[in-house]
Amino acid sequence: MAVDIRKVDEIIGRYARSEESLLAILQDFQREFHYVPEEGMHRLSEALVVPESKIYAMGTFYKALSLEPRGRHTVKVCTGTACHLKGAGQIIETIERELGVKRNCTTEDQRFTIESVNCVGACAMAPVVVVDDDYFGHVRPSKVMDMLNKYK
Amino acid sequence: MDKITSCEQLERCREGIRASRNADLPMVMICFGTGCQANGARAVAEAFTEALDRQGLKVDVDLGIKTTGCHGYCENGPLVAIMPADILYLKVTPKDVAEIVEKSIKKGEVVDRLIYKDVNTKEAIARYTRIPFYKFQQRISLRNIGHIDPTSVDDYLAVDGYAGLAKALSMDPDDIVTEIEKSGLRGRGGGGFPTGQKWRSCKAVSSEVRYVICNGDEGDPGAFMDRSIMEGDPHAVIEGMIIGAYAIGAHKGYIYVRDEYPLAVKNLQQALDAARQQGFLGDAILGSDFAFDLKISRGGGAFVCGESSALMRSLEGKVGEPRAKYIRSVEKGLYEMPSVLNNVETWSNVPEIIRRGAAWYAGIGTAGSTGTKVFSLVGKVNNTGLVEVPMGITIRELVENIGGGVLGGKRFKAVQTGGPSGGCIPVSRMDLPIDFDSLTEAGSMMGSGGIIVMDENTCMVDVAKYFISFLVEESCGKCTPCRDGLPRMLKILTDITEGRGKSGDIEMLEELCDVLSWGALCGLGTSAPNPVLSTLRYFREEYEAHIREKRCPAGVCKALITYSIDAEACTGCTLCARKCPQACISGEKKQPHVIDTARCIKCGVCKDVCNFDAVRVK
Repeated sequence: MAVDIRKVDEIIGRYARSEESLLAILQDFQREFHYVPEEGMHRLSEALVVPESKIYAMGTFYKALSLEPRGRHTVKVCTGTACHLKGAGQIIETIERELGVKRNCTTEDQRFTIESVNCVGACAMAPVVVVDDDYFGHVRPSKVMDMLNKYK
Repeated sequence: MDKITSCEQLERCREGIRASRNADLPMVMICFGTGCQANGARAVAEAFTEALDRQGLKVDVDLGIKTTGCHGYCENGPLVAIMPADILYLKVTPKDVAEIVEKSIKKGEVVDRLIYKDVNTKEAIARYTRIPFYKFQQRISLRNIGHIDPTSVDDYLAVDGYAGLAKALSMDPDDIVTEIEKSGLRGRGGGGFPTGQKWRSCKAVSSEVRYVICNGDEGDPGAFMDRSIMEGDPHAVIEGMIIGAYAIGAHKGYIYVRDEYPLAVKNLQQALDAARQQGFLGDAILGSDFAFDLKISRGGGAFVCGESSALMRSLEGKVGEPRAKYIRSVEKGLYEMPSVLNNVETWSNVPEIIRRGAAWYAGIGTAGSTGTKVFSLVGKVNNTGLVEVPMGITIRELVENIGGGVLGGKRFKAVQTGGPSGGCIPVSRMDLPIDFDSLTEAGSMMGSGGIIVMDENTCMVDVAKYFISFLVEESCGKCTPCRDGLPRMLKILTDITEGRGKSGDIEMLEELCDVLSWGALCGLGTSAPNPVLSTLRYFREEYEAHIREKRCPAGVCKALITYSIDAEACTGCTLCARKCPQACISGEKKQPHVIDTARCIKCGVCKDVCNFDAVRVK
């Protein structure tokens, strides 16, 4: 997948050229490209004069960053304690079964990436699923696919 | 917007804002917390504007409309409060709006079908402050949330915002630290370390540069008070940090916010910009010679970054690994400089303590744990949401009075507190007062204040497995006990829940717990045994039932349960048979159905869709 280098440079240009900006820039990459592209890491390493190995370490350490391209829609199934008690396990298993992928993987057609996340802080509506920026509360196994089918 | 350059000007400005507002003007307060927005609060807000237009009413002339932070009663969102009439409407939809305008705004009447109805007493209550969920609360940290628009600095000023700062700037910095010490405030993030003492030690270190940091990396699953405060009252956090910075002599600060909280980041950023414009941040704050500024850093989705030393590494743009605790961050913290790190809720208490005095704060709560604490009351309880109560309230009072008891009339079994570092406290100890020390004594901890209610359908071995599996994922891998000990524990717990438990497993778990508690590098590892040890302490027989009888008494552990249909209750509606993904339910129309257990994958769909509660899990 070709990455727009101008966009990469534009993101790097948003921040002060110090190591402190590293995580913020990587997060902006993630938001823009839905992953941290290799070219981005090269440019960032040159711009901030930080070894690429360090940037790679950040990319693998932080859960919010992904080195693989993600699907068009990210489905975050909350598996916080309240959601777990109210059946989050059945929700994620239903999604895995219906879409034919395991958690933290992307469907073949690049439509969905399925993730389990540790608490999105909306416990009163447990179990919760977040698709892109849309929150869904009180999700039930029998209804979850109707919900996802709205995302193309 | 002009800069405010003196405390007198601040007071004049505040009076000006108050005078320009008509206290009798009906005000519609629409909750714009994450929960209510998910339930459609935005559409409700739009419907109000439209309805006013249609009826020829004018916003801010006939009626005020305000979008606020989270009211805490998220389960019943979207919430709409009508002030000054003090009416709270629950689960409001755009269709209800015309009627609310017609009846409540124009005639002062109550729309009965939208008000609170108590599940237990069946009593209908219209008055916001009379609803049990709110009646028993005492709000200090959440003082403004739900009553002000978090994006309006004027709203914050109208409710005595930045008055604590103005008072602080007239005080000697040392006296501020003393005031915080006297208030007895302890860290709300988990450890409960005395805040004043932390500030004092940091101040004692000789250094040109110091930092104040706000820990908004709220990672404990089941707790969301910090999110609510950052989203709903960001200026309170900022004001607390400016006071702290002035007290210890810091000129730069950081707010580290979880990446999963986009609205918190947005509202904080907006508040920072406004505070800078008004002269609460920057050079010569309120005309004094004190300079301070703040920056927001977004976290990267790593639980361990809530640990102080890991958080500081992450702020520096590094991988967030903790370091050994013999170097204290008050001496060598961020960039090796003395740093004070407090969590969101702690910072938001500071302005009120300074404004109203240490004695006032110390008079609330218990001797060892003063003030109030925000809890997120969630799980199997009728009223879920955020509540703020004085320290020392008993678990029973919290769950029964405010929470309205256990959901669906099930048997109350335990509460889990303290997140993955905490433990489960059984119903036999429900009269335990909630404070830092008594929870620790009971084998759990305060943590950030998540109270997760568990009923008879909660398996305690599964809960222990859940937390250990969480910690396996979040362990940074730096030290051996945590990196290798937790997966061993998870393996044993998984075996037990999948019917492969054997004698000696419990003893091995206890031994591993012992090694972790003294051998791990940071708090994540040393407190990791708590979920296992506390469930073993109070629910050992459940472990034994899994191991010896291969039975899950709560009916949760998949390998040990079977689904069946109660022929008495089944009406033969065929719904489950049509929805079963395995097509393993059969039966004639209007005849009891049967599940082929050999092909059943225990996905729970049949139980979910059944309208007659005929599916049994044993």
